[in-house]
Amino acid sequence: MSRILKDPRLLLLIAIVAAVITGLGADQMNLYYRGVIIDIGIAIILAVSLNLINGHTGQFSLGHAGFMSVGAYVAAMITLAAQKSMGAEVLAWMFLPALLVGGLVAALAGLLVGIPSLRLRGDYLAIVTLGFGEIIRVIFQNVEAAGGASGLSGIPRMTGLTWTFILAAIAVYVVGCLVNSTYGRGFIAVHDDEVAASSMGLNPTRYKVTAFVIGAFFAGIAGGLFAHHKTTINPQVFDFMKSFEVVVMVILGGMGRTGGVILAAIILTLAPEFLRAVAEYRMIIYALLIIFLMIARPQGLFHFGRKRKPLTH
Amino acid sequence: MGASLLELENITIRFGGLVAVSDVSLCVSEGELVGLIGPNGAGKTTVFNMITGVYQPTDGKIMFAGKPTTRKKPHVLTKSGMARTFQNIRLFGSMSVFDNVRAATQLHRAHGIRQALWRGRSHHAGEKEVEDRVMELLEVFSLQDFRDEPATSLPYGGQRRLEIVRALATQPKLLLLDEPAAGMNPSEKEELMVLIEFIRKRFGMAILLVEHDMKVVMGICERIAVLEYGIKIAEGTPKEIQSHPKVIEAYLGASGD
Amino acid sequence: MNEISQQLVNGLALGSVYALIAIGYTMVYGVLRFINFAHGDVFMLGSFAGFYLAPQIAKWFPLPSWGGWVAVMAATMIICAIIGIVIELLAYRPLRNRPKLTVLITAIGVSLLIQYTCQHQAFFGASQKAFPPLLPSGNFSLGGLSFNTTQFVVLGVTLVLLAALTFIVKKTRIGMAMRAVSHNSAAASLMGISNSFIISFTFGLGSALAGAGGILYGMTYTGIEPLMGVSVGLKAFVAAVLGGIGNLPGAALGGLLLGIVETYAGGMSGVSTYRDGIAFAILILILIFKPTGLLGSKQIEKV
Repeated sequence: MSRILKDPRLLLLIAIVAAVITGLGADQMNLYYRGVIIDIGIAIILAVSLNLINGHTGQFSLGHAGFMSVGAYVAAMITLAAQKSMGAEVLAWMFLPALLVGGLVAALAGLLVGIPSLRLRGDYLAIVTLGFGEIIRVIFQNVEAAGGASGLSGIPRMTGLTWTFILAAIAVYVVGCLVNSTYGRGFIAVHDDEVAASSMGLNPTRYKVTAFVIGAFFAGIAGGLFAHHKTTINPQVFDFMKSFEVVVMVILGGMGRTGGVILAAIILTLAPEFLRAVAEYRMIIYALLIIFLMIARPQGLFHFGRKRKPLTH
Repeated sequence: MGASLLELENITIRFGGLVAVSDVSLCVSEGELVGLIGPNGAGKTTVFNMITGVYQPTDGKIMFAGKPTTRKKPHVLTKSGMARTFQNIRLFGSMSVFDNVRAATQLHRAHGIRQALWRGRSHHAGEKEVEDRVMELLEVFSLQDFRDEPATSLPYGGQRRLEIVRALATQPKLLLLDEPAAGMNPSEKEELMVLIEFIRKRFGMAILLVEHDMKVVMGICERIAVLEYGIKIAEGTPKEIQSHPKVIEAYLGASGD
Repeated sequence: MNEISQQLVNGLALGSVYALIAIGYTMVYGVLRFINFAHGDVFMLGSFAGFYLAPQIAKWFPLPSWGGWVAVMAATMIICAIIGIVIELLAYRPLRNRPKLTVLITAIGVSLLIQYTCQHQAFFGASQKAFPPLLPSGNFSLGGLSFNTTQFVVLGVTLVLLAALTFIVKKTRIGMAMRAVSHNSAAASLMGISNSFIISFTFGLGSALAGAGGILYGMTYTGIEPLMGVSVGLKAFVAAVLGGIGNLPGAALGGLLLGIVETYAGGMSGVSTYRDGIAFAILILILIFKPTGLLGSKQIEKV
């Protein structure tokens, strides 16, 4: 009995059913709240996928918005083309494949970024991933098919609660199942001590690239959802700030703690909404909070128990 | 005596202008227990790092199980059958005792990434098998009661033992122990040496043991090589080494400072 | 005057600014082994310090004039040095000996704090401001290249500051202490060197140079705004890595090279729109193929 209850597949099924049921009631929901809840779902996908790269595997990446933008642009370009050539009826069938293709292209970008990670660590890697994110942005700014600096608009509004949370559940499931297995201990071994890991027969390169590819795939999916939620995207949306927001979620969630990271994604998405009253000071407060929390609670917001050894290198 | 398993042929390594190890040759046969001793800074760990692929020798050749190790990465060499421990303990700091060993069973598991995601029967069967294997090893080294403790919470001697267990989990033909007795008191050292002999008997593998304390290895090694300033100054049975004039000079000189 | 050599002059001027900022990154990296993300914002604050100081100083020295310019430079460098020291004291010192990534995130936080605070109406506001002229205009010719006064001064000041810095680091007691801390901070502190003082001094010195860079940037490009430190700062960091992080002449060389490459690329059709990506492409290439940079030395990882 307990074995069945512990089966992650069952949990995934429950989450999907819950997402579908919530989705049925979404029509009655206040548009603003629905929008914020979708934002939360997207943030969860981003944070959980970055957690695989940053938290579990210890590869400090500041380029997650870059992967997200690849997924967003590719998916949006597909649905925009489908809308134009085939009309609105087919669109509903195109959404999921478009997201998937976006995710796959982002995964390819992840493969490209993963390669320099083989030789770099810590803050160097952070800067390189940041650089990659910026390069992706500069490229989109210059590609005419992607709308140049003004980006894409009129993207069909197709992202609903159901799909957002089904995909969020799948992201959590995939990352969770991956890490919680003998195979997945390899990610954490690479995080803890690369030299020791390779001496135990683990190929650090393989693990790092795998983490980047899977993480980038889900970031791409999140990007596709984002594009079809906001209906307009431009290169500026996916700047360094966006990557940093996701990093902060992972760090405040406690680096590698899935539950904490999800909670941090929820709180950090809601926080700006609550700070609307003091909109002018919102970002100043945000920056101050980050500095304060890094000094006061570097191990994450929700971590009260045994001390996990902090990131080294 | 079995066939030769590891052969170092005239290896030299330079870091910039510094020659850390010069023209060292050494051979370990299957099932043999060889000691590599020498004062601190003699280049013992550097030799280890060349054998395990962390550094590439500037000159010379290393053969393992009949194949050259040139330019092979550490994880590839581990796969071909060698495993090591570290002088300054390098356990996986954020993992439990159990997971430290589990992470090292990667080379010998039937289930992988697909099974992990699908979570079907083959995944659970694979995980069960890994668990049994890990627990068996932990029991041999009396660590089973600490399986869910953080590895870094073990006492020092326990961490050293766990490092050995972790290396054994890769099922090596050659076990390389880098100063496993460092930081231990004489009675702990004694116990450790008994343990090392036991490992060799039980798992039937060759062991290359680095140690700076000559007394420790005398009792258990079949053959001992002595390194000083990166040069091999002597090699032979413990008896021969004990009476070797160069060795006496190196050690008395070192302790006479 | 052909266009190619004129581009070289422009490139050297831009590169000088990168070089001055890159030195700050490299010095801080040398003693603390971390990337001070807020360094680019100190550079921005330098520009604004000059912008607000100029009318005040004009009360004593008529501007544009050489005397007034020296006064603005000196005052700005002092202000930026203080800002740098205060940042280290408040944000980084409590994190000494913490994981590097914690410090890196904090540094990004400090950078954002400075940017958003400065963008606020109560401070500088988000809009672009015109940097006042500090020097009388004029043209020089040197070795077949023609400079205007600003370009000449930018290059000259950079060389003088570099020479002064090299003197401090190589010849003075405090410079020796800096190198000692950089080499091995634990051993240095056993030798009676106060690490905290050296770190403060390093931040002060690096920030003063960034402040000088801010003034020179304002004089060259005239438009300044609170977010300008982000991209200039990142590129200066790239320059530091290009030259070999931790290496002072390397940072200067990297800065000049990057400035020249960017300026030439900006003048080429088809490439110019990618100009902002070039620095990062260089960064990635150098880290993949020569991670120690042009002048850096190899480090061996101890196992």
